[in-house]
Amino acid sequence: MSPPLLQVNDLKKHFPVKSGLFGRKSEFVYAVDGVSFEIARGETLSLVGESGCGKSTVGRAILRLFDITAGQVILDGQRIDDAHPGTMRQMRRRVQVVFQDPFSSLNPRMRVRDILAEPIRNFGLAKSAEDLEVRVTSLMDTVRLPREALNRRPHEFSGGQRQRIGIARALAAEPELIVCDEAVSALDVSVKAQIVNLLQDLQSEFGLALLFISHDLAIVEHMTHRVAVMYLGKIVEIAPRREIFAAPRHPYTRALLSAVPLPEPGAQRNPIILKGDVPSPINPPKGCRFHTRCPLVFDRCRVEEPVLRATGTEQWVACHLEDGAVATSG
Amino acid sequence: MALLEVDNLQTHFRTPGGINRAVDGVSFHVNEGETLAIVGESGCGKSVTSMSLMRLIPEPPGRIAGAIRFAGRDLLQLSDREMRAIRGNDISMIFQEPMTSLNPVLTVGRQIRETLMIHQGLDKQAAEAHAVEMLTLVGIPEPKRRVREYPHQLSGGMRQRVMIAIALACNPKLLIADEPTTALDVTIQAQILKLMLDLKRRVGAAIILITHDLGVVAEIAERVMVMYAGRKVEEAPVAELFRSPRHPYTQGLLGAVPRLGSSLTGTARRLAEIPGQVPDLRKPITGCVFAGRCALATDLCRQYAPGLEEKGPRHVAACHYAAKGAVAA
Repeated sequence: MSPPLLQVNDLKKHFPVKSGLFGRKSEFVYAVDGVSFEIARGETLSLVGESGCGKSTVGRAILRLFDITAGQVILDGQRIDDAHPGTMRQMRRRVQVVFQDPFSSLNPRMRVRDILAEPIRNFGLAKSAEDLEVRVTSLMDTVRLPREALNRRPHEFSGGQRQRIGIARALAAEPELIVCDEAVSALDVSVKAQIVNLLQDLQSEFGLALLFISHDLAIVEHMTHRVAVMYLGKIVEIAPRREIFAAPRHPYTRALLSAVPLPEPGAQRNPIILKGDVPSPINPPKGCRFHTRCPLVFDRCRVEEPVLRATGTEQWVACHLEDGAVATSG
Repeated sequence: MALLEVDNLQTHFRTPGGINRAVDGVSFHVNEGETLAIVGESGCGKSVTSMSLMRLIPEPPGRIAGAIRFAGRDLLQLSDREMRAIRGNDISMIFQEPMTSLNPVLTVGRQIRETLMIHQGLDKQAAEAHAVEMLTLVGIPEPKRRVREYPHQLSGGMRQRVMIAIALACNPKLLIADEPTTALDVTIQAQILKLMLDLKRRVGAAIILITHDLGVVAEIAERVMVMYAGRKVEEAPVAELFRSPRHPYTQGLLGAVPRLGSSLTGTARRLAEIPGQVPDLRKPITGCVFAGRCALATDLCRQYAPGLEEKGPRHVAACHYAAKGAVAA
């Protein structure tokens, strides 16, 4: 079997924050604190969780928008977390990104033509000026924007159209993996559906792998193959779509799913209402990080941190209640 | 009797590019103790409608016309002074952004006290005691300590609870909630929605809920009004609207949201797209506002704007082609 396209091993990213008088005392935000997963070619893995759980930091670490504190990021068998700039440049072509805000992620001074041509030139993908033109126009066809729009600037487009430009720019580099960081969250319902459908079409057309970072669980269920649920810098559960949505095992995953309001009036639901807020990632709780809000907490949770354990062939859960679950649940 | 009756509301803004008809002839009512949801996408005029009800539209460049009758009085005819006595007292509002709608340099307690002292004439001690009570009511732990804290010391969910406490302090008859949970995480949203449902039962205020989230609508609304491009295109009781939407736009909206659990029940399907985009409201629109994006549109739609027609019991839609209600009848 060929190695996975992307492998992340025990990734950690701690951001220093200054505190105390004159900022002399240094503390850390444990944004991502030991996260491991793999993405296969053509696969969609979704990272879900609430604000501050570290899901965007994971995405940025993979893009190497900053250096990581510890761990490994391996793209197609090659480590990229410590790669030299020259090697990194070639690796960057293979991993592209679509950001949440289509207003601030496009340069307002550039024409669409130049926005799309930049990555093609940068990575030397076009053989000639004609080839560049062919590539740029076919990108517009791919994301279903009119070719005439190439000479316009971002402000002339609506939010949904700008997001199409952002996707075209990501595709221009012919990547194998696209990190979608809340890529559809800022869009209106009807436009969101257009972009979700486009992403799905592109995935099957180009065999793209997607790291889909989102807090919208219904969209995630619609798009994804596998899901990793994050809480305070850790993955608490990772499993294929069917397991996550049919038989979530971690108490946090259950609460998260039950909290989503369904568009069905009178639907009988019993949401698990979690108490309180997510604790600060500066001083995460000892033991299980979820123990301060967990409805099923017991003594061991407060002192010992649970590790991810296989509870099924592809389902992994970090919860003391799952201790020995493989034996009992067969 | 209707608590609030809005008749042909028109809120227009003068802009360099022409007059923006943000709300263009919208009529609706809210009964006492009822929850009406106004849904639609960005720019449909739902927030401008709610700001118009509170007369929070700057004039100029804005201009509000029509009638807004609240408990028998037309709010648009009141003096600024009379309007101030109603805002925060009889009608109050919760905004989307709990980060920016509280004053960062005043304690939470002072901000709750303010409404009570102005509208109810309480003295400082009585208002302080009531503020603590309100914080308890909205489920904030250690309310006696929290009243002395500043907004930055509270989390997003707590701030939204404080906003609700301020809004409910004077026992309003009508509460306008503009995207009250949109900025919140899903587990916090669940807390706030539960709180709103509990409070509604206890306080009995009518609620106008402005949102784009159809899940939230299904959860707490009794009646729904759908807006598109500044007009009302459909209105119905909530179960009826979700079961048999009549306007093609409403049908499109409901088809565009994936349902949680769809991968399990085998109902997963490609999401319905509504092609194109919302029309430019600065240009006069002849005919149906949705004609440019509607699969059923004909020349009739492009020439004559459809009026709101009864399609079923308490169910109206503005469409030439929407079927009349055999389903519900």
